[in-house]
Order: sequence, then structure tokens, then C-alpha cells
Amino acid sequence: MVVNDIGENRVNREGLKGWLNPTRYGWERVSYWFQRLTGIFLLVYFIGHVYETSSLTNGIDAWNAMLELTQTTGGHIFLILVIGASTFHSANGIRLIFVQSGKGLGKPGRPDYPYDPVSLNKTQRSGIWIALILSAVAMLYGANVLFE
Amino acid sequence: MNFENISKKQLFKESQIMKIHYITGICALFVVAIHILMRVIMPYNMSLEYENVVMNYHNIFYAILLEIILVLIAIHGFNGLRIILIELRQNTAWEKSMTILTIIGMISIIAYGTRTIIIGNGLEI
Amino acid sequence: MGWKFNMSGKDNSGDHSGNDNNEEKIHKKELNGPKKTKSVESKSKFTDKTITLKIFRINQNNEKSNSHFDEYKVSSKRWTTVLDTLLDVKSYQDHSISLRYSCRMASCGSCGMKINGVPRLACYTKISDLISEDDPDPTITCEPLANFPYIKDLVTDFSQFFNHHRKIMPYIQNTKNDTIDSENLSEYVQSPEDLDKFLQFSYCIKCGLCYSSCPTVATDMNFPGPQALSQAYRYFIDTRDSANKTRFNIIDDRHGIWRCHFAGSCSHVCPKGVDPALGIQLLRSHLLGFNKNEKKIAKLREK
Repeated sequence: MVVNDIGENRVNREGLKGWLNPTRYGWERVSYWFQRLTGIFLLVYFIGHVYETSSLTNGIDAWNAMLELTQTTGGHIFLILVIGASTFHSANGIRLIFVQSGKGLGKPGRPDYPYDPVSLNKTQRSGIWIALILSAVAMLYGANVLFE
Repeated sequence: MNFENISKKQLFKESQIMKIHYITGICALFVVAIHILMRVIMPYNMSLEYENVVMNYHNIFYAILLEIILVLIAIHGFNGLRIILIELRQNTAWEKSMTILTIIGMISIIAYGTRTIIIGNGLEI
Repeated sequence: MGWKFNMSGKDNSGDHSGNDNNEEKIHKKELNGPKKTKSVESKSKFTDKTITLKIFRINQNNEKSNSHFDEYKVSSKRWTTVLDTLLDVKSYQDHSISLRYSCRMASCGSCGMKINGVPRLACYTKISDLISEDDPDPTITCEPLANFPYIKDLVTDFSQFFNHHRKIMPYIQNTKNDTIDSENLSEYVQSPEDLDKFLQFSYCIKCGLCYSSCPTVATDMNFPGPQALSQAYRYFIDTRDSANKTRFNIIDDRHGIWRCHFAGSCSHVCPKGVDPALGIQLLRSHLLGFNKNEKKIAKLREK
């Protein structure tokens, strides 16, 4: 049984299984889920990209061999995904920085039935949608440049 | 029950780390935008030709820009990874090893990228 | 949540002069009026139905392998809550079911459980809101709250949750005024505006729904959780309290407030409108220094 430093057990913690299903709690949860996935994906791409460009140091043949490997249809689709992921991660990241600095959240007041939370308001939802739309547009633009 | 904070001995406070995380994120956005623009100011395929790429590296400002991107993204990305990893398991050994692992990852990717930039800067066409 | 009734703005009673959002809220409700009326109409067609209640059974030993689901057929009317059906089953079908409940009116926070996969209060969730009229075999699944260790059936162990709550020192601490040995001990002077800043967060009933829905709590045991963090803000912004620095040191930890990523699930499930996510973000903005703390420690009224 896994325990932490003060000896508590973690029975019945939802764990990654609960994390993987973002559909139960509204758009904010989806955006959190996307932010994480795109973050990990972009880190993997970043490491790959640094490795990919390092072939430059081995001369023109190594560079061209690497280009041949990456400038394929699959490579282009991967790049388009990177463009989408980075656009979403940036736009949503900016929204999160604002939110975590207390901007665009609304004021605490006296809650009234049906208790709609002020923090999950239209500003947040439209922020998430703008991030999603921007990434879609960026992907279309990227596809246009790559597959011209 | 023992409520002692087990992670008191930290180099940075968590709030300082998060400030760094935010700042590196915002700065990276701008420099990466310039980096991508360099790919589309001329036809994309042409911009990736060996001569053009090496020319980019010869431009000292662009080389510095690449180095800045490298450092910013490495810090932002590996700190993000550290956050995800320490949320998974909670004991001192795991947290310590994950922190060290991400710092090693961060430093090695910066070192490896810097090597490319320096060599690229000195390459003959 | 499925709690949509026709709440026209006109019945919005009470003096809310201190609340800037109020007018906007009324306006919003009026805008949503027709849509909600429709939902009430569709609900009113709800006829008596026999539903299948699936209840998670486990016995103390905390081993998932010994758990199973038991199914019961219960009849339900339009106004029947999940707690009603659970008690019906316990009274007439299976006495061995364990569940925790008390007030039956969303005030005590005992009957939190996972109903159809989402944490809700059983007394505050109507069967008719969960199933559709056309469903030939409606099923309601009741499981114990996630992220809380099992005790028996739907009863879970709250000790980890309360430990986190205790850790943020959820009580007024005041070093500016002598509140212990004062001859002139009287009340604090606090304006309605001061009250409005924390009142919402003091409505927390510690039902554990937010803790159960939080994606960080799902894996991070040392994370205080939405409930404890929003309570930290409740005392932080209270003008009677002066222990801001002490609380900041507790929550500015590796597993502290920064492990919140604003997934908003806590506010989504909160049955009392506490909006823990709002409290956490506001607390964080103070911690970052974006929001200046204009708080003046309240003075004791002279006798």
C-alpha cells in the first residue's frame, strides 16, 4: 500500500484513471486536461527538435538526411499538431496567468440558488473557446504553408 | 499526527518558482513567434536549406535568440514536468529524485542545444 | 448540475446592497427564464417510475477485490431524492447497507457520494434530474466519494480531509488585539462590505465533494484540496484575523496552493455556492502580490 511521509494511505484515490476522463466537470476541466497533454507533447517535441537540429553540426549530408526523415507527410502532420498544441498552450496559458492573478473571475458575494459559481463564468469559457479556435486557425495556416 | 512540512529546505519558494514559470512562459511566446516568422519570411522549404540555416546561425542576434528560446523553454518545460511528476507520488525520495532528474534534463538539453548553436555559428558554408 | 428551476428575478428577496453582481445576476436569471420554464414543464411530466439502484458494497478491509455492486428495484416519484431511495432500500430490502446522512436538506454535508460518476449530495439530488423520461430501464449508481478511503459501503473516512483542513489553521488568530485577558473584551467592528468578502466561503459544509472531484487530489495526497485552500482564503480576507504570514508559509509549499491548476471541478460540484476555485485564485493573487491586501485588522469595540 502506498503511503506518504506521514503514513496516510491512498486507497480509493481516483489516480490517473479519473484524470484521464475530463468530461464530467465542464469546460474548465477539459482545458486543464488539454493544457497538460499539450505541455507534455510540446516538451517531447522540444527535445526532439533540439536533437533534430543538432544534425547541422555534422555537415550538409547529415542535415539533408534528417530533412528527408522529417519532411514527409507524417512529419508535416506531426508539425501541424505541434502548431495547434503550442497555440492552445500559449493562449490558454495566458488566460490561466490572468486567472491565477485574480483577474476576470468576478467578486465573491452572497450565493443564491441555483448557486452558479462566479469563477466559472463567461469570460473563462470564452477564453477557452478562443484558445481552441486560435489553435484550429493556426493549424489550418500551418497546413497551408506545409502542404502548399 | 505529524504536520511538519517535509519540503521546507528548498532553494526557491514554490511561489518564486511559479513566477519564473509564468515569466518564462510569456517570454518564450514572443521569442518563439520570431523564430517561427523566420521560417515563413521566405518559402518554407527554402528556409530549411542547409545554407540558409547556417546563415541564420551566423547572424549573432539570431544565435542569441535561439539560445534564449532554448533556456526559456527548457526551464518552463522541465519545471512543468516536475510539477506533473511530484503530483503523482508523495514521499521525500520520489520528490527529490524527480527534482534532480528534471534539473539534469534541463541542463543537458541546454548544453546540447548550446553546442549546436556554437558549432553552427562557426560553420563554413 | 441538473438543478434548473424557473427562478425569475422577482423572487430574489433579501437586501443585497453590498453585492455588485446582484443586478447582473437578476438580469441573467430573467434572460434564462423561458429556457428554465421549459425544463420544469418537461420535468412535470415525470410519472412514477421503477428504477434500478446500484449500490457499491465494500466491508472495511479496504481491498477493492472484496467489493461488488448490489442492485435494487425502487419506485420513484418526481420529487424523490437519491437519499430517499437509499433509505427506502435500507428499510425494506437490505438493512445491511451503510450510509451517512443527517439533515436531509443539504445543510450538514454528510451524505456526499458519487452518484452516476459525479460527486453529489444524495439529499440534494433528485432521481428525476438524473434519468430521462424515455429510458426503459433507468439506473442510478451510488458509489462512495472518490479520494476518501472506504469504511463500509457508502461511508468513507474523512480523516485525511479534516487533517488538511486543520493544517491551514481554520480559526481566527489575532495578535493585534488582546482577546484573552481583556477587561474590555467586546465585539469586533466589521462592516457589511468586510463581511461580504468572506461570507460566501464560510458557507462551506465540509461535505468533501470538491475534494472528491479535484484532479490534483486524485493523485497528490499532500495537496490540501479545494476545501482547505478556500478556507485559508476565508480567514485570510477576514478583517478579524492577523495570521496571514503564518498561513502563507503553510500553503506556499511544494504541495500547497500552486498545485491547483484551476480545473474548476470543485466549483462545479459545490452544492452551497462556495466556489472554492474563486477563493483559491484570489488567495493566489494575493500571494503573488498582484492583489494588494488592503485589509485593516478590525478593532475591538470599546465597551
